[in-house]
Amino acid sequence: MTNLFEMMQRPLYILHVGKNTEINATVNRLINAQQNWKGETASTFFEVREKCLSQSFDIILIGGGIDEETESQIRALVSSHFPNTKIIEHYGGGSGLLTNEILEALK
Amino acid sequence: MDRKEFLRKGLLGTGVFVSTAALGNVVKNNIDELRELDILGFNHIQNTNSKIMENTVLHKADTRGDANHTWLHSKHTFSFANYYNPERMHFGVLRVLNDDKVAAGMGFGMHPHDNMEIISIPLEGDLEHKDSMGNVAVIKEGDVQVMSAGTGIYHSEFNKSKDRDVKFLQIWVFPNKRNVTPRYDQISIRDVEKKNEFYQVLSPNVNDQGVWIHQDAWFHLGTFDKDAETSYNLKKNGNGMYFFVLDGEVEVAGQKLSKRDGFGIWDADKVDVKSLSNSRVLLMEVPMAA
Repeated sequence: MTNLFEMMQRPLYILHVGKNTEINATVNRLINAQQNWKGETASTFFEVREKCLSQSFDIILIGGGIDEETESQIRALVSSHFPNTKIIEHYGGGSGLLTNEILEALK
Repeated sequence: MDRKEFLRKGLLGTGVFVSTAALGNVVKNNIDELRELDILGFNHIQNTNSKIMENTVLHKADTRGDANHTWLHSKHTFSFANYYNPERMHFGVLRVLNDDKVAAGMGFGMHPHDNMEIISIPLEGDLEHKDSMGNVAVIKEGDVQVMSAGTGIYHSEFNKSKDRDVKFLQIWVFPNKRNVTPRYDQISIRDVEKKNEFYQVLSPNVNDQGVWIHQDAWFHLGTFDKDAETSYNLKKNGNGMYFFVLDGEVEVAGQKLSKRDGFGIWDADKVDVKSLSNSRVLLMEVPMAA
């Protein structure tokens, strides 16, 4: 992964994966409200795969409702094909932790 | 990163300070009804009182993140919203400890959470709670509220009073299981309150005293007279203990603490506490690892 300074200078692409459509929308809105952060959402492994094939993501947030099997599939996909993408378990559902989690991931 | 890696990175966080100002932009807040916030910066002031001994950490009250939005004044012990300090990310699975004051009639509009155990303890005044499960309730001083956000829940919390502030602690704990069914509960702890000893207000057990959460954590409150002494014995091996002084001055394991100081200790089975003045303490025993 490129260093933090470089990441600050260009758009940061973040994919939030979750089952709750309202929370997905909220998290996506919060991400896109940050200048230079570009957010998208997905609800299933197949959606994640399709999104990753069309867009290079810096961070994937695993949100609420995603079961262990789906998370494992996502991790395997990323590990094999998108090694520069970082995966974070997102806690809080669009809460005051979101920004911190992303900043921690960028370290 | 997953939670295990997050916790493995250390009790105190690692790495150098990262200034949110380096983003060069105003960081939008995370709660729908709030206005756009200015960057709060980070805890760049050296805490000369921070004694990072081999198994303790000290968080002085005046080193907490400070977010003043007029209607809401919040002090963050750990990084939250626009307060980002890589060395203040969590204490074990204790992730958020916010000391909130909300103006009369104001509050947090409907907003979502998932996968967090959220505990609210009013210190003064009343909070009106509403959530997407249909719960409507008022919690007062002497109550404890818990939400297991699980797969997702929306809630609002408003100051019930039209003429005085409400003060409360908002505490978030990582759950030991993701995607649980959301739940809400609140209890009164007035009947179990004791003097000069810790009394339990939260545990992992449904049938135990206090509220329960999806985590091997126990919370206790204590109200002490000056010179009272007590001790606390760890309930689960591997857990740490975080003391938060609500009022007064105490000495915990030889460390003097003042109002709103936080003190964490791990690798200890028992801790002695001495009250240096009339005091009130919140003790949170939490796992130090996932």
